[in-house]
Amino acid sequence: MSWFRRHPSATAYILLAPGILYLLVFYLYPTAQMFLVSLWTGSPETGYALTGNFGIYPEALAQYSEHLTRSIFYGGAATIVTFLVGFPLAYFIAFRGGRYKSVLLFLVIAPFFTSFLLRTLSWKIIFADNGLALGPLKDAGLLPDTFRLLATPTAVIAGIAYNFLPFMTLPLYVALEKIPPNLLEAAQDLYADGWQRFRRVTLPLALPGVFAGSLLTFIPAVGDFINAELLGDPRSQMIGNVIQARFLRVSDYPTGAALSFILMAAIIIGVLLYARLVGTEELTGGTT
Amino acid sequence: MAATGEAMVRARPSGTSWQRGRRAVGRWILPAYTFLAVAFLALPVLIMIAFSFNDTTGRSNLNWRSFSLDAWLDPLGQPGLAEAVTTSLAVAVLSTIIATILGVLIGLALVRHRFSGRGALNLLIFLPMATPEIVLGVSLLTLFLASTQWTFLPEGTFFPLSFRTILIAHIMFNISYVVVTIRARLQGFPRHLEEAAMDLGANEWTTFWRITFPLILPGVLAAALLAFSLSIDDYVVTVFTSGPATTFPLFIYGAQQRGIPVQINVIGTIIFVAAVGFVLLSTVIANRQRPDPVEASGEADA
Repeated sequence: MSWFRRHPSATAYILLAPGILYLLVFYLYPTAQMFLVSLWTGSPETGYALTGNFGIYPEALAQYSEHLTRSIFYGGAATIVTFLVGFPLAYFIAFRGGRYKSVLLFLVIAPFFTSFLLRTLSWKIIFADNGLALGPLKDAGLLPDTFRLLATPTAVIAGIAYNFLPFMTLPLYVALEKIPPNLLEAAQDLYADGWQRFRRVTLPLALPGVFAGSLLTFIPAVGDFINAELLGDPRSQMIGNVIQARFLRVSDYPTGAALSFILMAAIIIGVLLYARLVGTEELTGGTT
Repeated sequence: MAATGEAMVRARPSGTSWQRGRRAVGRWILPAYTFLAVAFLALPVLIMIAFSFNDTTGRSNLNWRSFSLDAWLDPLGQPGLAEAVTTSLAVAVLSTIIATILGVLIGLALVRHRFSGRGALNLLIFLPMATPEIVLGVSLLTLFLASTQWTFLPEGTFFPLSFRTILIAHIMFNISYVVVTIRARLQGFPRHLEEAAMDLGANEWTTFWRITFPLILPGVLAAALLAFSLSIDDYVVTVFTSGPATTFPLFIYGAQQRGIPVQINVIGTIIFVAAVGFVLLSTVIANRQRPDPVEASGEADA
């Protein structure tokens, strides 16, 4: 026992070892393996061999560049939508929530205790051509009979934005909640009007929340394929749909792995550029 | 608590029309907006619950027909559904237990010990949460595929894919979330209580079980709840690591191509109600145990 007191970091390493080993074996190594598999050649029938076929990268990029740019566009659009929807929501809860704060936060999170798939399928019911949303509008003659939301990019982006809204709202709330009231009072005493207080005090202090929220939304949004599959059509397929089909339908592992690697690399580069742009160091949350 | 930042500032008398306009935004538009946003968030869930009472009689559950309790009286009455739900529950329970143990150990080390390599460790914990799920699933699948060529592993360790590979995957993506939850809860942990126990002659083991564990228990439960809900809902990682095994989300996905049976809405509703119930229950218990330190300091400020 006293040995542990003399070697405090030894205890730390013993506590860390099992979990860290697990992540090294089942998270970090598989990422490297994914890269290796992208350099395989062969087929499920003949077996695969590592041939170092780097040519697969330009090939995959050329063939699926459309899906990649579409994913980035849908992900970016959905992130902007979640920000526009989530900011006023977070603002109200943080500054005006009063004693209903926790109730409101709970109401924001509660829908997400329902299966992701079931929520998305519910939107399919709501957006259906003669469903809850469009049916009455068409009956009233406000929309032409041929108008549809399902199987359009709008439905896909809306579905993604809906599914990731809490990821944006909660970090924004945390950042806004932390703003000390006396800073806003000071701004008022220095004759800042409402807009200036918002623009010069609230918004800059909310920036870490904007940063965290947009990353937490954008990253899963770019890789998502459920919304495109359920709410979109073949023309709104994202890179995730291609990867899924490569692996699970046609067993073209090398191309699937190469596309996943490209997706991951693109996201890491994007995040680093964004971090530099926004200039926040809270990326890893490693403030302890 | 009530008079926070902007509200307090806004309460001061001010006259210009612009400021009156701003007050209207604060008083009416923002609350109305919040109400609409919350309703928008809840809408799909309400639809799911409502459609669990739909009488489809063999047709797809996309349009409302008439009220029926049939599906509720026979919630597992679909071939394969009972197995899928059982698999999901088993994966969720096991992955939650294992990931919570691994994650709590890491969390304790992070908050209570000094050691080198902290930056690298934080990165390793952060990365799985920042990786798109599809990449997590694909990379594990490539590991499992490649493992067939490794002679040092007993045949069938990872491939063919099975219940075991789903479990491996779920533990992996849950660890980071457990660590982050625990770390947040342990911030400001009262170390002096442990020191007091040791000064009174308790050894490390007794101190842990009598002092540390009861203090971290609410955080551990919160982390476990999060892990459980992530696991039971996971589709993307599971689809790449499941092979012939089917979980509830995989069952939903398979069924949606043929037309969703009402029973799926019933099970979805049950999971939703159970999760909400658990959260409310744990909040009530946590509040009863001790006042939330954040709330308490908020009161002091106001």
